[in-house]
Amino acid sequence: MTTELQPQTGPTWDRSAEEKQALRRAGDWARRAPLLPALIFLIIVTQVPFVITLVISFMNWNAYYPDERGFAGVDNFRRVLTDVNTRDSIITTIQLTVSVVLVSVVLGLLIALLLDRAFRGRGVVRTMMITPFLIVPVAAALVWKHALYNPEYGLLNGVLTWIFGANAPQPDWISMMPLTAIVVSLVWQWTPFMMLIILAGLQSKPLDVIEAARIDGASTWQIFRFMTLPHLRQYLELGALLGSIYIVQNFDAVFTITSGGLGTANLPYTIYQTFYNAQDYGRASAAGVVVVIGTIVIATFALRTVSSLFREEGSR
Amino acid sequence: MTTTVEAPRVAPPSAPPARRNRTGTLLTVVAWLVGILFIIPVLWMVLTSFHSETDAATNPPSLFAPLTLDGYANFFGAQTGASPWPSLLNSLTASVLSTALVLLLAIPAAYALSIRPVRKWTDVLFFFLSTKMLPVVAGLLPVYLIAQRIGMLDNIWLLIILYTSMNLPIAVWMMRSFLAEVPVEVLEAAAIDGAGLMRTLRTVVAPMVLPGIAATSLICFIFSWNELLFARVLTATVAQTAPVYLTGFVTSQGLFLATVCAAAVVVSLPVLIAGFAAQDKLVQGLSMGAIK
Repeated sequence: MTTELQPQTGPTWDRSAEEKQALRRAGDWARRAPLLPALIFLIIVTQVPFVITLVISFMNWNAYYPDERGFAGVDNFRRVLTDVNTRDSIITTIQLTVSVVLVSVVLGLLIALLLDRAFRGRGVVRTMMITPFLIVPVAAALVWKHALYNPEYGLLNGVLTWIFGANAPQPDWISMMPLTAIVVSLVWQWTPFMMLIILAGLQSKPLDVIEAARIDGASTWQIFRFMTLPHLRQYLELGALLGSIYIVQNFDAVFTITSGGLGTANLPYTIYQTFYNAQDYGRASAAGVVVVIGTIVIATFALRTVSSLFREEGSR
Repeated sequence: MTTTVEAPRVAPPSAPPARRNRTGTLLTVVAWLVGILFIIPVLWMVLTSFHSETDAATNPPSLFAPLTLDGYANFFGAQTGASPWPSLLNSLTASVLSTALVLLLAIPAAYALSIRPVRKWTDVLFFFLSTKMLPVVAGLLPVYLIAQRIGMLDNIWLLIILYTSMNLPIAVWMMRSFLAEVPVEVLEAAAIDGAGLMRTLRTVVAPMVLPGIAATSLICFIFSWNELLFARVLTATVAQTAPVYLTGFVTSQGLFLATVCAAAVVVSLPVLIAGFAAQDKLVQGLSMGAIK
């Protein structure tokens, strides 16, 4: 629809070629003008810091030893990639991201299917489902840590006491399964996000085709497996990829629930530590570059998915 | 244009009525149970926030203990005198001003990407999106060093600028998808009737995209209000925001369950209000406008 507004520079125009070109260039700049402030602002604030990060990652720079600042070559990268802590935190990041995204996508799909039918109180259930996503992440992490996981008077162990009486097991959830504790709290926050995206997908499925299939005698399972699921694929992908981008960067839950202890330090937390406590700027930057490279891999897929949805919308 | 979630859709008959009814009832019950399971932590947080500290720390939990506002009084500094108001005001300033700045930059940009598009407008659009995918933590150190050099550490304007850049791609994508819905015919009709550009924007385009602008602002507000990492590293006592106050609040005061829950409720309240106000457009915003 937008292409209709492109300037008409056909041969019918009664002007010299030079004049035409000048006019077109002026028109181009008039079109670009409203875009430039946003573009320039974003380039300065987001791209320049990354260039600086890249430069510092090749430098020997610790704020505690300001005199030893200098060029370090690939030393920082060698240290980052051979250091046990960093390697552990890379593994933790992958474990955390994969488990949160997988579980919340599967739960989100099941709940979206439940909500994609008319029933009494559907609006209320939908609102209840969205609420966890609207709790400030730090506040949610605090509530999970203190009000739910606490071994003495958290709700989880309280429920165990209700069910099994005075001799109920009272596990210390966070020290027993630190990473799982973080995963559960994040799944609780992110399932609503996945549910919303998948529900939007379910509600855009072609009803007439499904109707026709049903009349032709297709079973509910067949319709789900061969029609609904393929239609949902790009929505599932989009949810998973956007979720991954946010969860790879998660800092709030790790920082609040375990303070990165008990083997739960992920890359963002480790970088924060290296920079904030150890003041090792060179190494923090090298780790940052490693995260960027990892994210670019996910982001390439994410951008491809978004652009396929985008083209579909454009062709509609 | 929006996801019409509330529209009921009755499945055409495929199984005998009696069995269908029983399955239907079962699915409804399951849906309700899942909803309740997800809301329980929130309900528990709210309930605990209205209990006294002794009632909050019992095992088994005391559901029907008398309600009190002590938790809220403590959060607002009844005992220690430490007030959360400066940090709440900082959060409000950072969120509102960065959202205003985002709109100021995003609306003209979205116009240049939809109604009168520049050449290669899809490339520009995807450049905006790609900046959103770069991890925040990798840019943290240079931002810190630059801020240190120009004396902007612990200054709320630094956060305002960073939150603007954080939300700008989302806002450009959302606003573009709203502006693209304005039919070309309407704009052409306005032009034929002799309306100038500003007049067309004000009287024709603005009323059509106003709900979109509102939803975009609410979503930007939520993301700014929630942000912790930048605020934690770049601010100290003066420009501290509410999430940072929350992290420091627990370690310095030991464990007060009712107070912690009251704090979580107070800090989450603006997000809950904004989120429910934007409910219809939440998906569109969270998926950067890729889903309508």
